[in-house]
Amino acid sequence: MQPSSPLIQEGPVHEGERLLRLCNACRYCEGFCAVFPAMERRSKFSAADVNYLANLCHNCGECFYACPYTPPHEYALNLPKVLAEIRVESYARSAFPRSFSLAHRSSTLIISALVAIAIAVMAAIAAAFGGFASTGADFYAVIPHRAMFVTLGLVFVLAAIAMLVAFFRFWHDAIRVPIEAAPLIVSLEDTLRLTNLNGPRRWFHHATFYGFLLCFASTCVAAFYHSVLGWRAPYPYCSVPVILGTLGGIGLLAGPAGLFWLKRKRDPALDDLNPRDFGDSFIVLLLLASFTGLLLLALRETAAMSWLLIVHLGVVLALFASLPYGKFMHGKFRFAALLRNAFEQSRYTAIERQGTEPK
Amino acid sequence: MSEPFPVFDVLVAGGGNAAMCAALGARESGATVVVAECAPQHMRAGNSRHARNFRCMHASPTSVLTDAYTEEEYFNDLLQVTSGQTDEELARLLIRSSPECFAWMTQHGVRFQPSLTGTLQLGRTNAFFLGGGKALVNTYYAIAEKLGIRVLYNAEVTALRMSGARFESATVSVDGSPVEIRAKALVAASGGFEANLEWLSEAWGEAAKNFIIRGTPYNRGKVLRLLLDHGADHVGDPSQCHAIALDARAPKFDGGIVTRLDTLPLGIVVNQRGQRFYDEGEDLWPKRYAIWGRLIAQQPDQIAYSIVDSKTAGMVMPSAFPAFEARTIRELAGLLTLCADTLDATVDRFNRSCVDGSFDHTRLDNCHTRGLSPDKTHWALKLDSPPFFGYPLRPGITFTYLGLKVNRCGQVILKDGQPAPNVFAAGEIMAGNILGQGYLAGIGMTIGTVFGRIAGGGAASATQ
Repeated sequence: MQPSSPLIQEGPVHEGERLLRLCNACRYCEGFCAVFPAMERRSKFSAADVNYLANLCHNCGECFYACPYTPPHEYALNLPKVLAEIRVESYARSAFPRSFSLAHRSSTLIISALVAIAIAVMAAIAAAFGGFASTGADFYAVIPHRAMFVTLGLVFVLAAIAMLVAFFRFWHDAIRVPIEAAPLIVSLEDTLRLTNLNGPRRWFHHATFYGFLLCFASTCVAAFYHSVLGWRAPYPYCSVPVILGTLGGIGLLAGPAGLFWLKRKRDPALDDLNPRDFGDSFIVLLLLASFTGLLLLALRETAAMSWLLIVHLGVVLALFASLPYGKFMHGKFRFAALLRNAFEQSRYTAIERQGTEPK
Repeated sequence: MSEPFPVFDVLVAGGGNAAMCAALGARESGATVVVAECAPQHMRAGNSRHARNFRCMHASPTSVLTDAYTEEEYFNDLLQVTSGQTDEELARLLIRSSPECFAWMTQHGVRFQPSLTGTLQLGRTNAFFLGGGKALVNTYYAIAEKLGIRVLYNAEVTALRMSGARFESATVSVDGSPVEIRAKALVAASGGFEANLEWLSEAWGEAAKNFIIRGTPYNRGKVLRLLLDHGADHVGDPSQCHAIALDARAPKFDGGIVTRLDTLPLGIVVNQRGQRFYDEGEDLWPKRYAIWGRLIAQQPDQIAYSIVDSKTAGMVMPSAFPAFEARTIRELAGLLTLCADTLDATVDRFNRSCVDGSFDHTRLDNCHTRGLSPDKTHWALKLDSPPFFGYPLRPGITFTYLGLKVNRCGQVILKDGQPAPNVFAAGEIMAGNILGQGYLAGIGMTIGTVFGRIAGGGAASATQ
């Protein structure tokens, strides 16, 4: 006897549908996180629903340890692992162009090559338009401002376009709710405060996220100083760009280092992902960017400045180029999932068990 | 025999909630403790893995419990479900000890949550474990490890050596090799015998082979049998078990809560011959769901089918297996391997007998049939709105009632009426003292926790 056909035919999303159906008949985990109450608002799961719920999951693993049906039980229920696989799938499906996605390939080699190429590009720019002499923290003598602006700006704009396309692809696949003010505010708050994360992971993530923003702000202020006010770098140690960049750099050292350490301690049962280095390569790029940036600041008056600058800008260039294709996208997808969750919370309640006693 | 074990103060047989509460209770009283859990580590904790709440007396609202739940109300609830088959002294001890246990659990890091969606009626009386019973027991195992309690997995007690009423040692098969474990006291907390189909067939005959066991396959009643054979007195009817209607596609063992179906009162239930056999609308579902295991066990091949239509299908919580779905009753009969003519005739007769009323599945409404045998006395709506949905049903056994008679110290009582000085029991193995029949949601965990702690403390004192 086989029951009527499931909604989704194959792949991790198909497995996700099977598991969510089991979880929805149990519900013991509903106090752990947002995934379970969101699951309880429906009795069937389309591919879009599974995709959306997968991107609400933060892979804390609590439900895995509480579940009596984990392998080798015949239900073989490992929700965090399967949702992690579905998330990776959603990054791969949404990437623009899709073939650039790092989600299904071992990214260590690709990222290393990208960093090497980006440093070579910066060195070539220095050779063609500037020079290799380290004269008194004069960055633009090594790489002229216009060349720096054009190179990094071009890559950043292309990356931003790719990220926008990926976001809309994901939105189309999994979210598609009307945008209303109240849910938008709730989901922004959830995103910016990481209300669904707990413990050290939350603080390391905050350090990373706000470190990144501070570094970005530092760059914008510096660009404003240069282009509008005509103030040339280097800026003094107590200037706004240097203070923002230093604070951001420290956050971007501590945060990713902490996240990297937590990842090493993780139970491999929870996300035995293929490839495992998908998140790592982004973390390592962030660490390299902050480390070379702070080193450049410390040694900007020395002979090492020119090469440090070339390496730092090369790493930043590689980081920009890789943003739309790696772990960086998870934040956008999660925000979209949180938005749908907040929208649904404002509209629906769970499908309830008819007043029955448990046993 | 392989390497000898040291002599422990307390041997705990079992590995669920009661066993771990006993082990922690004994260890915290200073005793050295060894736990013999017959399941492998991933299946540890017996049916506590599937539990989810703790029924608790309280005088005022707590972190997760609303309002108040007095001793008298608790006791009356117990009297009602057991039809008076309860030992009042032990029952009142249980109820009075429950708030203190709630505090003890919280101190030991057990996390609670407000009552789950759809179980709001339990929000006043039952404290839900965050993540369920496995999460609860994981907490206890983590503490046991810190306190130096020795836990043996794949460790089944296969024989007991007693000198008169005194426990001397147990033979424990650890990973298949027998070892002699000597201890100054024994706590039997190894559950009932619901997973022992041979034992069940003593009361149920051939029908037992078609039973589905909802929980652990490791509750085979070995320690219960050994102690009964050593002269322990019993409580509870040996032929009785808690049996409900399950999705027939459930695994033979350990399918858990997800295989339960709540559609029965919303449609009709037919047997293999396509005929109705009991009033599906007799009473509110919470009061009647536990009679359906027995009803289905009495049908040919112990199978039945719940059939609903699109009007009511969405009114219950989703279950683990998708329904068989068809546009006509005849087509559904084909999917369920029933005779199409008979089922069609049964549904036709049912539909013609339905008396119009105002349907409300949350109370005893006035929708019923007239002139059928058996009639459906409530929630009788015509099955006339496709698609039609069908679920195959089997009897699902939750637990057995036969247990060891104990006193208020948790000591096992022998047939001569005297307590065994160093043999204690806790949990499902002695639940029959309090729960002679029926079930009260969450009381199993309360019995395990209260009597686990009593037995553990008693066992530690018995070693001095």
